[in-house]
Parts: sequence; C-alpha cells; structure tokens
Amino acid sequence: MGGLQKKKFERGSATNYITRNKARKKLQLSLPDFRRLCILKGIYPHEPKHKKKVNKGSTAPRTFYLVKDIRFLLHEPIVGKFRDYKVFVRKLKKAYGKTEWSAVERLRENKPTYKLDHIIKERYPSFIDALRDIDDALCMCFLFSTFARTGKCHVQTIQLCRRLTVEWMNYVIAARALRKVFISIKGIYYQAEVMGQPITWLVPYQFSHDHPTDVDYRVMATFTELYTTLLGFINFRLYHSLNLLYPPKLDSKAASELKEEDEEDFAMNSECYLEKLSALSASLARVVSTAEEEEAELDQFPVEGEDMEKMEAREKEQKQQEAQKKLFEGLKFFLNREVPRESLAFVIRCFGGEVSWDKSVCIGSTYEVTDETITHQIVDRPNIDQQYINRYYIQPQWVYDCVNAKIILPVEDYFLGVTLPPHLSPFVEEKEGDYVPPEKMKIMALQRGEKPANEEEEEGEEEEEEGEDEEEEEDDDNDDDEEDDEEEEAEEKNLKKMEEQRSQGKSLQVKVTPGKVKVENPARLEQEEKAEEKRLAIMMMKKKEKYLYDKIMFGKKRKTREANKLAAKRKAYDDAEKAKKKKARK
Amino acid sequence: MEESSGSMRSSKQREEMKKVREKTARKRSKEEEEEQDQDQDQDQDQIFNFNNKPAEEEEEDEDLSDSEDSVYSGLEDSGSDSEDDEDEEEALDAAADDDEEEEKEEQAQRTEERRRKEGGVTDGKEEQKKDEYEHDSSDEEDIRNTVGNIPMEWYRDFPHIGYDLDGKKIYKPIRNKDELDDFLDKMENPDYWRTVHDKQTGSDIILSDDQVELVNRLQRGQFGDVNFNEYQPSVEFFSKDVMIHPVTNRPADKRSFIPSLIEKEKVSKLVHAIKMGWIKPRRVEDDSRGRYYDLWSTEDSSILAKHKMHLPAPKIPLPGHQESYNPPPEYLFTDEERALWEQQDPSDRKLPFVPVRFSSLRQVPAFPRFIHERFERCLDLYLCPRQRKMRVNVNPEDLIPKLPKPKDLQPFPTTQSLVYQGHSGLVRSISVSPSGQWLASGSDDGSVRFWEVRSSRCMKTVQVGGAVKSVAWNPNPSVCLLAVALDSVVLLLSPSLADRQVVSASERLLSGQDEVEPAEGAGPVTWGEAEGEELNQGIRLRIQHPKAVHQVVWHTKGDYLASVMPDHSSHLQVFIHQVSRRRSQNPFRRNKGLVQCVSFHPVRPYFFVATQRSVRIYNLVKQEMTKKLQANSKWISSMAVHPGGDHVICGSYDCRLSWFDLDLSTKPYKMLRHHKKAVRGVAYHRVYPLFASASDDGSVIICHGTVYNDLLQNPLIVPVKVLRGHVITHDLGVLDVTFHPTQPWIFSSGADATIRLFT
Repeated sequence: MGGLQKKKFERGSATNYITRNKARKKLQLSLPDFRRLCILKGIYPHEPKHKKKVNKGSTAPRTFYLVKDIRFLLHEPIVGKFRDYKVFVRKLKKAYGKTEWSAVERLRENKPTYKLDHIIKERYPSFIDALRDIDDALCMCFLFSTFARTGKCHVQTIQLCRRLTVEWMNYVIAARALRKVFISIKGIYYQAEVMGQPITWLVPYQFSHDHPTDVDYRVMATFTELYTTLLGFINFRLYHSLNLLYPPKLDSKAASELKEEDEEDFAMNSECYLEKLSALSASLARVVSTAEEEEAELDQFPVEGEDMEKMEAREKEQKQQEAQKKLFEGLKFFLNREVPRESLAFVIRCFGGEVSWDKSVCIGSTYEVTDETITHQIVDRPNIDQQYINRYYIQPQWVYDCVNAKIILPVEDYFLGVTLPPHLSPFVEEKEGDYVPPEKMKIMALQRGEKPANEEEEEGEEEEEEGEDEEEEEDDDNDDDEEDDEEEEAEEKNLKKMEEQRSQGKSLQVKVTPGKVKVENPARLEQEEKAEEKRLAIMMMKKKEKYLYDKIMFGKKRKTREANKLAAKRKAYDDAEKAKKKKARK
Repeated sequence: MEESSGSMRSSKQREEMKKVREKTARKRSKEEEEEQDQDQDQDQDQIFNFNNKPAEEEEEDEDLSDSEDSVYSGLEDSGSDSEDDEDEEEALDAAADDDEEEEKEEQAQRTEERRRKEGGVTDGKEEQKKDEYEHDSSDEEDIRNTVGNIPMEWYRDFPHIGYDLDGKKIYKPIRNKDELDDFLDKMENPDYWRTVHDKQTGSDIILSDDQVELVNRLQRGQFGDVNFNEYQPSVEFFSKDVMIHPVTNRPADKRSFIPSLIEKEKVSKLVHAIKMGWIKPRRVEDDSRGRYYDLWSTEDSSILAKHKMHLPAPKIPLPGHQESYNPPPEYLFTDEERALWEQQDPSDRKLPFVPVRFSSLRQVPAFPRFIHERFERCLDLYLCPRQRKMRVNVNPEDLIPKLPKPKDLQPFPTTQSLVYQGHSGLVRSISVSPSGQWLASGSDDGSVRFWEVRSSRCMKTVQVGGAVKSVAWNPNPSVCLLAVALDSVVLLLSPSLADRQVVSASERLLSGQDEVEPAEGAGPVTWGEAEGEELNQGIRLRIQHPKAVHQVVWHTKGDYLASVMPDHSSHLQVFIHQVSRRRSQNPFRRNKGLVQCVSFHPVRPYFFVATQRSVRIYNLVKQEMTKKLQANSKWISSMAVHPGGDHVICGSYDCRLSWFDLDLSTKPYKMLRHHKKAVRGVAYHRVYPLFASASDDGSVIICHGTVYNDLLQNPLIVPVKVLRGHVITHDLGVLDVTFHPTQPWIFSSGADATIRLFT
C-alpha cells in the first residue's frame, strides 16, 4: 500500500533543464572556458515554460540550459584541450617563478592548440547551412581586419581576418554576386547573393577605433576564432565552385603587369601579394583557364501548376539580373584619392567596370589620370582644378545609387558641388500603404523606362498622392455618423433658437426656406451601410478575438499614422524649399 | 709636480749637478751629525740645527733606503720659527700634499736646479736646504707633525701643535700678528695674495710663481705637467696583424680533446627523458590555422537529422532609409522628436541612433558605437534563449463573425425623429402609456411632464417638488395612472389624458381604496390622499416610505406596485403595494445585498430582484427563491425582462450587457461589451424582437434578439443600430430608454434634459 512517496522536481521539466552553474560544475570548467565552449559549440540557454517548476520552486532569475545540450558538450574533445591549456598556464607560471627560462621556452613551444574544423562541420552539416549563417562572420571579420595591430587582439588574428575578407571580396567580384549597397551612418552595407542565399554584411568606415572599455574582447575574440575558421572553409569551397585557385592567385597576365610597376615600392613579396589582392584591381587565376566562360542557357522545365505568367516573370527577373551584373561594363572609372578606394573599387569591379587610382594611393593602379578613355572620375571635393572634357566628374554616391537602382542613373544630380539627392536604403521593400519617399518613386519611374518629368508635374503628382492618402485615411476610420451628427446639431441649434424665441414671447417668424435637395450617392450609401454592418459585427466578437482584432487593427493604424506623418513632414519640407526658392528668385 | 721649464736641459747635465750637490751635502751633514749627537735637547741648537736637518736625509737617500724613519728623523725640531725660504719649502710640500700628485724624484731635482738658477736666493745655505727634499715624494704626509689628519683647532688652546716622531711636542710658532697687523700686511705686502697659512705647522707660506701657475692649471682642469701629452698615440697589443709568435706558448688542455663525461651524462638523461615521453620533442610549427580544405566534401544527411532542434539565430534586421548617411528630409528628427529621443530610456527608443544628414561622403565620421553593437550581437548569439514563435497570420476580416444583415432584421428604429424639450434638469426616467399615445417623464428639476408622442407637445406639467427618480405608467390599458417616485414618496397621478371611461375607471380604482380601510395602519408605509392644489394637478395618492425611493414598477395587471429603497443595512428595501386595497408589504425578511432594481414577471407570479452582482428570482406564491443569476459584472444598473418571461437582460456600470436565458443557465448566455461607458438603462420591446441599451457614452444600441420557441435553439442576438443624439453633460449620457408599446420606436432620455424619439 502506498508505495514510495513521489518527490518533487524529480520528474518532468525539472529534469530537462540545468542551471548554468551546475552545467559548469558538471563540465569542470571555469566560467570563461564554459562561455568559450558555448560560443564555439553554439549552445544557447533555453527559457523553460514554467520557470518555477524548473527552478525547484524558486523564482530567482537563473539561466537554464537543456540537459541534453550539456550532455552533448561532455564528450567534446575541445574540453580536454581547455584543461590542457589550464595545466600549461600553471606550468608556465611555475617556470617563470623559478626563472627557468629554458623550461619556459620549451613549454611555450609546446603550447596546446586546438582546431575547430570538426565543430564547424558539426554545426553546419551542409554547406548551405554554413552559408546562411555567414553574415555575422563577415561583419566580425571585417571589423577585426580594421583593428590596429596593437593591444586588443593577436596580430595573427587581424592578419587572418584581413586575408579572409580580401578573399571574400575577390570571390564576390569574380562571381559578380553583389546585389545591393547601402551607405549608412554606421558603415557600408553590402548584400550579395551567393548560391541563392542573400548575404548581408557591414563594413565600418576606415577610421581607427576608439576602443570602448565596457566590451569584453575575449568574447569577441572567441567568436572571431570560430568565424575565421568558418569563413576560411567557405571561401575554399566558393573558390573551387568557380574554378578559382585557393589560396587566391592573381591572373598571370595581371600579375606580370603589376610586377613591373610597384615591385620596388614594397618590401617583401609575401606582404606585397596580399596588398595586390586587396587592391581588387586584378582578376584571379583559374584552375582551368577559360577566356570568358559562357553562361549556360538555363533549360526551362515547365512545372505543372505554374502558369506561364509566373514563368515569364521569373525569366524577366533573371534577365534583369544578368543586365545588372553588367551594369558598369565598358565604363572606365578613376578614383580620386579622397574617396573610399576599397569600397568603390569593390563595387565597380563587381559590376564589370574598370577602375584605377593614383599610384601613390595604393598598389595595383592600372592606368593614370591622364588616360583619355576614362569615362567617369569619382571625386568628393567641392571642385577640381584640372578637368578633362571627355569624362564626367561625379560624386561617389552615384555609383552606389546606380547599383541599387540597377540602371545607370543620369549623372546630372551627382556633379561636383551639387546637393546630392537622398541616398535610399535598397533593403526597404514598400508594401501597400507604406510610405514611399518621392525619390524612390522617381527611380522606379526611371526603371520602368519613363523619362523624368518636369519638376512641377512631379510635385502635382505628389500632391495628388498625398490627397489620396488622406482619403484613405478617412476611409479607414470614417464615421459616417459624424456628418449626421453635424446635421443634427444644426437642426438642434435651429430648434433651440426657436425655443428661445418662443420663451421670450416673440411670435415665431413663419418663413419658408427653400429646402435643399440631398443628392444621395448610392455607392457611398452602400459603402456606409457596409461599414456600419462591419462595426456592428465587430461588437459581437468574442473577447479573445476582439483583442486580437484590435491588436491587428492598432498595428495597421499605427503604420498608416507613421506613413502620414512622414508624408506631412515631407510636404512641409518641400513647401519650405519652394518658399525659399521663390524668395531667391525675387 | 714641480715640472716647470727645466725640460730643456739634458739629463746628463742634471746628473752632474746632482752629484755635485750630493757631495757638498754629505760633507756638511757629517759635521752636523756630530753636533746633533752632542746636544739635541738644547733649544738654541735646535734652531741652529734646523737648517742642517735635511742633510741627514740626504745621507740616507744615498743609501737608497727611502724609509720614512730616516726622512722624519731630520725633522725633529721643525717647530721653530724659520726664515722665509724655509717657509717656502714647506709650503711647497703642503701644496704637494694637497694636490696629491705623484712627484718624480727627477722632477724635484729639476725644480731645485731651476730655482737655484733663476731665483735670486743663490747662497750655499739655500742650496743645501733644497737638497734636503730631493727625494721627497708627494705621497708622504707632512712629515714633521705626527698628529695626523685632524682638525687643528683641537690644538688651539695648547702651546704646541703636535708631536714629532720622537713624541716631543712641536711648539707653535710665535705669532705676534693681530688683526691690525694682518690688515696692514694685506694692504702693504704685495705677496699677500699668494700667502697661504699652513695649519699643520702654523706658518705662512708664500707661493712661488710656478706654484701659482700650477694651481691655476689644476683649477682649469689641465695636467700639472706642461709637457705631458695626453693624446699620445697608443700602442695596440692585439691588432689585425698576425704575429709570428703566439702570445702564450701554453700547450692545449687535455680536456679540450677528451669528450666530457658530464655532458655525456646530461645528454643521456635527456635522451632517456625523451624516450620515456617526459620531454616532448619540439613540435613542428603548426600553421594549420590558416589552412583550409573542402570541409563539406562528404555531406551526409544523417547529421542533418540531428539538427532538427537547432534554431539558427535570427539575422540582424536590415537598415531602413533612416540609417542612410543622406536620408530623405522627412526621416530626420525634428527638435521635438530629438528631445523625446534623448529623454527616452535607451531600451525604449525606436531607433538606436539619431538620423543625420551629411552633404557628402567625405564628411561621414566613424560610428562611435560600432564595436558596441557587434559585441551586443555576440552577446545575443550566445546568451539569449531562442524560441520558435508561431506568428499568427490572421486576416482580421476572418475574425469578424458572420451575422445576418441588419437590413433583413428590420423593422427597428434608425433615425431620430423627434426631440422633446422642456425639462431643465436631467431626465431620469420616462415611461410610455400603454396606449402609446402619451409619454411621461420625470426630471431632476422637480417636474413630471406629459408629452404627446406624435407631436412632441408637452401636454401637462406637474410640479411635484423634488427630483423625480422614477416614473411608471400603469400597464393596464383600462386605467390611466402614473406612479412617480421622488425622495421618500411614491405619488400616484391620474393625468386624465384618456377617454373619460378610462379616467373614471382609474378614479374608481383609486377611490375604491377608500372603502377598504387598511387593516393595519401602523406599518412603515403610510398611505395618504392628496389634497388641494395637488389634487388639481392630478396627484391622487401619496405613499410615504421610510427612506428614499429609487424605483417604482407596476405589475402587468396594474394592481400591484413595487418600490425600491436601496439600503445596505436593513431588510426594508423593497415594498410591494396593492393599490386597490392600499396595502403595502415587505416581502423579504433578510437583507441579501443592495437592491438595484426589481421587476415583475410578465406572466407568472415571479419577482426579479437585482442586487449589485446577481439577480434573484422569487416565486411570490410559494414565497421562495427559485433562481439566482450570476451577472459576472461588478454593479448591475438596470434590468429588463423579456415579454416571454424566459429571458432577462442586465445592464451594468462596467459597460456590460448580459443576456440570461433562464432555461439555459444561471450564467449569462451572452455578454455584450459594445458600450464604452456605464450602461444606464435596458429595455425590451413588447412586440418586436428588439432590445436596447442606453449608456453614458451617449449612444443607444438597438439589438435584434430573436427568441425561438424551440428550446434547442439559442436566441439570436444581432446588434442592428447605434443611435446617437444625446449630448453628454457632466459625464452622463442617456439615462433611460423605453420602447413604444406597439411601434418599433424607441424613446431615450438624457442628461441633456431632452427626450428623443427614434423611429
């Protein structure tokens, strides 16, 4: 009878979770090592559904890991390496304390190291998985490659990061995979499409960093360790997918060209090579050297259930993409020394343009300013003294805007000293009801092949749009009753007046006024009726559904409100500009 | 040290001179020795001897025994005062001591010679004196005084200044100079500046020109010897030239060609340690960190299955137009927005940065929080719990229930057609006569008005002298009576707004009571007849209650009248009056909560009592409670019973309207929350399937409520119209609502002192 009494917290969810400290003890690791292990293995805490149950009745805030995850960590070879390292540090300290320098040296030579290859393979079992997760790796490597070679982390790490990022950029150029660029206040965002995966990364501007004190660089370094390994393997695979040599080699033709000029300026050949690669000006050597490989025509497999329209749309998109890849083909750019060379060279080369710069700026320049065939010179200063007639002098934003618009934009707006048109984010995809800045409309019109209309017309259009917006707004929360109310109020006022008059003992002025014929718009009436119906039906909703509905509608309304606010702001700005112009004319 | 200008002379000459001097000196010394032996102690002899002393030295010098003994021996009696020349000599020595320079014998000789030649003092005696110090070297201390290197002031109070080698006192020279002499000396003596006082001997020494020159040279930091060349070419011992002969001719050691045993031992130890694995051989430099290969060459799907539970981290949201370095002007912050942004907590901000506009790319600075943001992303990646969240992707239109169209549910009141104006206070209660021709309203201005419904004319105004809480027409069409509740009185009015027959019938009903005298007159309620002016106004009966009456309700038959006096503390909250017999009774013995309103069942002898949170149904015949309805609301304000009698609606102050199906449950069948503010009044239509609720938000909502005879089918409730018209005054909107008894019309009275008819 009875049997054993069931104890609390020995079954159910309490056994599935483990607190961080317990996990650490189980693994016999210090907290930093545990952290490192979690970062490398990609283990993250879990939030239990019933915290109190898992926490054995306590409500103290604790971090929980899945017991399964921790068990998975238990037989990880790297844990042993961590322990080895701990022992190594202890031995080294001892040797230092005894001033046994030979022992110190010997220990240093035998410093335990570990490799992360198996972890990468385990975390990303397929290549596409890895590719999907590469955004953060790229961001981090680009950040680390800009660090100064002092202090914060090992020089080798910085060099490796630099090498990997250069390789990546070279791949993107070779594959012509870049799709979008965005100059933000944080840095420059790039988006490339590699094997159908959109990959976005952010590159900081080339300034020295003001290293903050409240950042744990150990954590960042651990991440970087993982990311460099990941990025290296991905680069290898990507290079091979394009039949490129890895580690990258410059095209023999290009290499010989480069050799002639700059050999004496740079000290070591090994250093020089990375520099040349990072110049991004020369194409890479291929395993099988084909002149220009032809893009194989894609066979079309009509899928059942997919109508012709869709296929056509897809085809069209593909064509557009092909066209975008050759956006700058045939154009020859020259970069002045004040523009961000690496970014521009990267973007231009990604779209097939030729680019060069002053020889003193960087290695790898291919032609001089004096070259007559240059079509565009990119300048970021108010004016320039010596100008050639047969080329455009434009500001760097033109390049980026062209890439985002996927067409060559008219250069007039980007001449020197001109107020630039706003630079829009290519990542924003406006849905219905969202606010679309007028500049975007303009670009969309250009894409459609329409010619830019006169400004006045445009303004008219804008106003119309705004008008529409406002109408929509009304539609959204129109209250037909309001009008009725107004009428009623008027009537009431009339009545009140009459009453007053009556109370004052005056005889009513009998007067017949011509009545107004109410024009009833049947469509409007119908609409009103429908709106009313809807409102009444909403009244009958269940509490839960009503809550959900209200939430959705609130979100929608807020969106429209924001859009309207933006539109209003824009209008005010435009009006102010117009007024200013008028004043200036006078 | 005394290396003056005598270098010109050849060494031979010097030697000759020396010999000569030595000879003469020897002769003299011999004589002196003899004398010395005779009387050493005599003072006079001392003085006499003084000059000859160095001779002894010379003798010993000749013996080449340069012992100090011999040197000092001659100085026995140096304490005596002496001539200038001697002083000079001593000064010389002193200078030599001070400078601590090596003095070669030859040099000393040279100086002597030179002095002899140059100086005017050339007598033999002088020569002899010079010779005394021929071999004097500067290393030696002052040889006459043995006190050593002590401050001489210690001897200030003694007559002597020290002891000679024999331990005899050396007496101070007799000094007769006082300050004045000193001064005179200073003024007159041209050599005063080169006079030096020797403390050891207490004598003054005048420096010679050479000595002065020497002092000057030393002061300048030059070598004392003028002829000394400090930049002589050095002879290198080890040079690049290969010498014919070895430096040392020592044969090589044996150990240099025999293998070392100790080393062998060491090596064997190391070898052993390596063999045993104690020492690991130097590892090959591992540069595999940067070496990559095709990691995914063999992709197997088995691992993929393991990763089903893995959630990839969400990507960072992509930047919008605001983040551009040159955003469209509408995305920039206005001053207010910026101020708001600065005030907000960083976690509340919509944007983590302030949009800025730069006119050109070269002006864009570094983003100060770049590393921070990357770091935060890192933290997110390894510290944030991840969860798969199902996004509800619902089309909001689908959530709206499908209801029959209001158009199909007509008739119902849709528009406001009449406004009854005349009251000056808020109209708390309205009631329509059973014929539907008249409308009575009671207001806070202390009047009851009778309106003709169709014309909105006020037919009659009765001043009752108190805020009217409730009015109710007798539902019996054969009588025309109105019950009015104000303060603690219920008045019965006969407005005589009907056929004569009806009026007379009602009069009869009221007067009939006269005949039947109330059996018990001493209840809490007293019935009284109206008199005088009141009678003219139509007031017939006054039923005096102990407390303020809030509501009066007629039974359907028109004989019974219930009045409500809400009170927490007593059980005297509800009275049922029988008009024909002028009798009142309190049906409840116990207080079950604050009674809000009461109602009679239209058909059966049931009585509904609504307290704050529930509705109780009493069977009046059996005198028991049959049901208790839970309204699920905080405070019931009003109640109405369906003409069928099986359904009840309750309005509450917390904006709800609950529909009870008495056959179904004691819980509400439906809760309607369509009012924004407190529900003040609810009403059923007597004929049409309509009900209405009036609220403080100024609206009256008409709902269609079909009740089916089939018990299995639940009532259909559809809101059909929202009627607005009343103006909200003092936060009060519509206070009461009533349907027309026959038409689909509705009356509503509001706080704006109007009554409105919607048809």
